[in-house]
Amino acid sequence: MSNEAVLHASVGAHHEAHGDEHHEHHHDTFITKYVFSQDHKMIAKQFLITGMVWAVLGGLMSVLFRLQLGYPESTFPWLQDILGKWAEGGKITPAAYYALVTTHGTVLVFFVLTAGLSGTFANFLIPLQIGARDMASPFMNMLSYWFFFAASIVMLSSLFVETGPFSGGWTAYPPLSALGDASPGSKSGMDLWIISMALFVVSSLLGGLNYIATILNMRTKGMSMTRLPLTIWALFFTAVLGVLSFPVLLSGFILLIFDRNFGTSFYLSDIFINGVGALPNEGGSAILFQHLFWFLGHPEVYIILLPAMGMVSEIMSVNSRKPIFGYMAMVGSLFAIAILAFLVWAHHMFVTGLNPLLGSVFVLLTLLIAVPSAIKVFNWLTTLWRGNVRFTPGMLFAIGFVSLFISGGLTGIWLGNSALDIHLHDTYFVIAHFHIVMGVASMFGMFAGIYHWFPKMYGRFMNDTLAYIHFWVTMAGAYLIFWPMHYQGLAGMPRRYYDFSVWESFKQFGELNQFISLVAMIVFAVQLLFLFNFFYSIFKGRRVATLNPWGANTLEWTTPIRPGHGNWVGEIPEVHRWAYDYGKDGKEFISQDTPVGADESHH
Amino acid sequence: MTSAIDNKPQAIHPHKFTLWVAMGSIVMMFAGLTSAYIVKKNQSNWLEFNLPIIFWYSTGIILLSSLTIQMAAKSFKAREMGRYRTLITLTAVLGLVFLAMQVWGFMDLESRDIALIGSKSNSAASFLLVITGLHMLHVLGGVIAILIIFARAYTSRVKNYSSLPIEMAATYWHFVDVLWIYLFIFYNWIG
Repeated sequence: MSNEAVLHASVGAHHEAHGDEHHEHHHDTFITKYVFSQDHKMIAKQFLITGMVWAVLGGLMSVLFRLQLGYPESTFPWLQDILGKWAEGGKITPAAYYALVTTHGTVLVFFVLTAGLSGTFANFLIPLQIGARDMASPFMNMLSYWFFFAASIVMLSSLFVETGPFSGGWTAYPPLSALGDASPGSKSGMDLWIISMALFVVSSLLGGLNYIATILNMRTKGMSMTRLPLTIWALFFTAVLGVLSFPVLLSGFILLIFDRNFGTSFYLSDIFINGVGALPNEGGSAILFQHLFWFLGHPEVYIILLPAMGMVSEIMSVNSRKPIFGYMAMVGSLFAIAILAFLVWAHHMFVTGLNPLLGSVFVLLTLLIAVPSAIKVFNWLTTLWRGNVRFTPGMLFAIGFVSLFISGGLTGIWLGNSALDIHLHDTYFVIAHFHIVMGVASMFGMFAGIYHWFPKMYGRFMNDTLAYIHFWVTMAGAYLIFWPMHYQGLAGMPRRYYDFSVWESFKQFGELNQFISLVAMIVFAVQLLFLFNFFYSIFKGRRVATLNPWGANTLEWTTPIRPGHGNWVGEIPEVHRWAYDYGKDGKEFISQDTPVGADESHH
Repeated sequence: MTSAIDNKPQAIHPHKFTLWVAMGSIVMMFAGLTSAYIVKKNQSNWLEFNLPIIFWYSTGIILLSSLTIQMAAKSFKAREMGRYRTLITLTAVLGLVFLAMQVWGFMDLESRDIALIGSKSNSAASFLLVITGLHMLHVLGGVIAILIIFARAYTSRVKNYSSLPIEMAATYWHFVDVLWIYLFIFYNWIG
């Protein structure tokens, strides 16, 4: 079964993929081209822009709750104008604070860094880099986006219900999440949250199935697995992680729905609620949910991180003008991370009364992740070493990613120890750790990807000056926000607290909190600059004049500057070599579709 | 990396492959649920009860339906369309009978005062409902898939010789069959 047949079977209108230069223009209406598109490149853009909307909303939420943390004594009348009763008198209410924290977490983890990052780049890069006309099933791919869109609408609507959105933390632990009487946010806000997440799981599964099937079945002639660019390997493992772990999350959610709505006792026991009395439930175990949740929850952090790692490897090699150092070690370490991701979930649960012996097994497995991570960092640094580095915006963000991955990864070794975790659990140390290593690092990977592949997406460049401002402010800001939080966490400052000024032991951090909030606002403002750059450049950016502006080897740069549906005019190129022949035999770069010459040296 | 690697003719259609990955994904969901079942069973307050007898008969029915869909796929390939239509209708009917029998089983439990949901329920019975119910939804999905293929066989003006849809439906149908047998063994002897 060839690429052509799959594409033609699903896209009836595109009867002629071998046509002339303008073959993409016929039969497309606005609806089929921009809305219900089955072209993987358009779906990628839909994922990206929806992700951007959520990034702005989620980022704005963090600014709002940082306002409360930084200036707990002050009132801001304008807050009442935008939040109404949630900021009575210009001060965010405790209920609103928890809703903001919860929604910020959910939205950033799932909608921005899962859908927005892997949804965008898996869709965009997989067919282009493996040499396929489209995904294995373009229709399922379209469905994947529209399930995400539906999830987005439901989540958005939960912000407007009377009792407020869900406010029990992004992990949605029962009993709080299972009991509507326990908090206002656990009423209809939680119902909408869980519906939205169920739709999101469906979207992820439809997407993931397609990515795996496409990578394994649709590669062009000569593209063996070991010739794949590292982006594709990373996206492959990401999809495998998603397909195997999201169903487990869904099963946890289904049990939660039964506890919430049908009176079952999976998670609930005879808890006493103030004003309601004791529950009739018996014998439920709240820890059970944590097991099911973190069995997804831990692979989820790699679902977020692996695509960034893959893109960074590719961008770093292209812009160092050197082959990636240790290609097979990079693939092997991705594989090791994917395996270990399933074996460490209980390190989120050291303080739940977990058997200490079992805990020590999870400590060992957790610390083992340091090995493949260190291999990757070593290989990135040795790729840079004595390279002819071009500091493009994409490259800067890739280097920034490595910096953040080191800084955040090292604190992971602290937190992976069950003994240290007794002190550090649920403190700002954890916040600092996962924001740096997973949040900001993956955002950097995403920015690197956007700056690097923007010319392929829109046929224009983004503005470099704005990009450099964006990079340096974000880079400095990320460290200024999260570095001090390590100290706060070591001092025992707990996460999720509404107001620290009433605590004698944490009062001393008042000014530090103010500083963090101030930087957070500046960094948020700079992201708006990025958005301006992005949308302005779509229409007014400098045009791409050559097919291969970065001098890269991968197949996406052999397509026309603005590829139509089907990607290549005429035959799909055949692949003759791996993706990293940079500086070989005195040639700056050798594209993957160049046949191997008779006098060419071996690696 | 000097010699070009020839692509072998595709051993498996990408859609079929996608189905296999999807089945792996469904397996993970039931693995999650049955491990939760085991964890919960080992805690206090677990109700022991006998499975409804009718589950034995429904197991027989779903095994039979696997046989009929296999024969349907075979007759499609032999272009014996009349036989194919009879067998595929029979499969869909057996699927619906299976679903009805499962519901009967739930009613049987309720009649023995074993509450599946509500405040009097024990999570042993609730697990049975949730896991079996989710399996029933997957069977229902298979019935719908069969009905779509069936409708296509009648309405399509062009003669369709591709056996891909019926083959995929058969694979999925065997899968939900095996899944039920796993669950049945799990309820009776493992869990």
